[in-house]
Amino acid sequence: MSVTRKEIEHIAELARLQLKENELEEYTLQLNKILDYVEKLNELDTKNVKPLSHPVEGENVFREDELKPSVDREEALKNAPSKNDEFFKVPKVIGGD
Amino acid sequence: MHHYKNHSEKLKQIISGKLSLKENVKHFLKRISDHSHLNAFNEVFEQEAIQQAELIQQKIKDGKHGKLAGLVIAVKDVLQLKDHKTTCSSNILKNFTSIYTATAVQKLIDEDAIIIGKTNCDEFAMGSSNENSVFGPVRNPVDTERVPGGSSGGSAAAVAAELCDAALGTDTGGSIRQPAAFCGVIGLKPTYGRVSRFGLTAFASSFDSIGPFANNIHDAAMILETISGKDEKDSTSSDLPVPFYSTRLDQSDKLKIGIPKEYFGEGLASDIRTAIENAISKLKINGFEIIDISLPHTEYTIATYYLLTTAEASSNLARYDGTRFGYRSDEFDALSSMYKKSRSKGFGSEVKRRIMLGTYVLSAGYYDAYYRKAQKVRRLIKNDFDEAFKQVDVILTPTTPTTAFKIGEKSNDPLQMYLSDIYTTSANLAGIPGISIPIGKDSYNLPIGLQLLANQFEEAKLFQAANSILNEIHS
Repeated sequence: MSVTRKEIEHIAELARLQLKENELEEYTLQLNKILDYVEKLNELDTKNVKPLSHPVEGENVFREDELKPSVDREEALKNAPSKNDEFFKVPKVIGGD
Repeated sequence: MHHYKNHSEKLKQIISGKLSLKENVKHFLKRISDHSHLNAFNEVFEQEAIQQAELIQQKIKDGKHGKLAGLVIAVKDVLQLKDHKTTCSSNILKNFTSIYTATAVQKLIDEDAIIIGKTNCDEFAMGSSNENSVFGPVRNPVDTERVPGGSSGGSAAAVAAELCDAALGTDTGGSIRQPAAFCGVIGLKPTYGRVSRFGLTAFASSFDSIGPFANNIHDAAMILETISGKDEKDSTSSDLPVPFYSTRLDQSDKLKIGIPKEYFGEGLASDIRTAIENAISKLKINGFEIIDISLPHTEYTIATYYLLTTAEASSNLARYDGTRFGYRSDEFDALSSMYKKSRSKGFGSEVKRRIMLGTYVLSAGYYDAYYRKAQKVRRLIKNDFDEAFKQVDVILTPTTPTTAFKIGEKSNDPLQMYLSDIYTTSANLAGIPGISIPIGKDSYNLPIGLQLLANQFEEAKLFQAANSILNEIHS
């Protein structure tokens, strides 16, 4: 499988990255090289192997649904790039792209 | 200069009045400033550390101190410490201030350790050389033209240059063990889930582990027993009881040690091969049972590792969008361009590369071919270890195929850089613990690391084996 430059542009869009001309070129080249390398996994027959998503396979952890204190508003807004007293501020959403 | 061989001895010296904790902290601060060219620290807490030293010295005097009282420790800058910056060595978090403290860090503070500063690392812990930091590369104290390894390069360099007693790092594919090997110190990656990840900035959530760097096994063991345990803030943390590793370092039974042939193939530097083989012969002479084993899927670990970790990273790093915290570009006309501009300027090139690869392998049409396939191979790799540990107590390998390489040597070839983790990623894929210990130097006088791996939650065996090997080598 090889990735085209057009696909790289699409992936960048999905990842919300705006790549420069030279980055697009470099990543197309490098991703192809990496994907060539990972092709070797296809040497293995894994038809009957169950995927492993977690190395320590445990059971789901439940807890009581209790009300507990969480971060207060002032703290939560502390690192906001733009805010007013109560909210995170973002540019206009409706009418934009 | 201070003269103590481990923390227990340091504490005794403080109690007897032979060592002043405040002088000890000042001594480290002076060393940090004398070694600023190493670039090991992103931030140093000078005033705070001195204040803590006074406070803890008093606690020791009153006999009301914790077990790590006075241990001077540095923390990798991906772990949260309330009211201090946590930058992840990234432009996107350069001005981020933590609003809570990571559980592992809090547990150290609760036992009266002194946090001396936050250490430099590869951006978001992605890298094997510590060259991917917005604050510039860390230099290896053994040879400043060379990398300290990564991603926890600052922590390894700080311990190796004696800028602190110990340090915390994180290991997703070798990020504690590889820099420990390159800098000549001890570095341990615990079992997945042994230490709570609460407050650790997520890179690949099913791989990330927090562990210690130290100059002696005893301190590494004490730190691990302090930071381990169940945490309700991390549902993947284990509730298995935490053994007192530091009190069980000496054991009489000789452990069975497995040598996997796949870790001694092409690409292993001859000096490292010789050093490891010499260590094995010494162990044999001293009555350890050495068994040749096979981990047949070893050659697939790097491919599996990079597919899965980049997928997890692309998802984890979606949160950095310039909305609630972190860098926001001021050149935007709408919400979507705010996301794109902020992320594109905020992330460095290795992080973007991994987000791209991860997004690709998770995208429609490729998910089964890459991501699902890699998850299946992950099981095969884990099965190899399950089989091996039916036969042996620990597995012994080199930590790295080469010793520390030069700054700039691999930075233009991501695949070559990834391959420097060839012996370490398997432990994260299988969720097992691993330790790297220094066993000698190569012909360039660069440190060589020996890696030991054990089955899940058998860190005690790792410490015992590491302790015996270090004793054999130095006897």
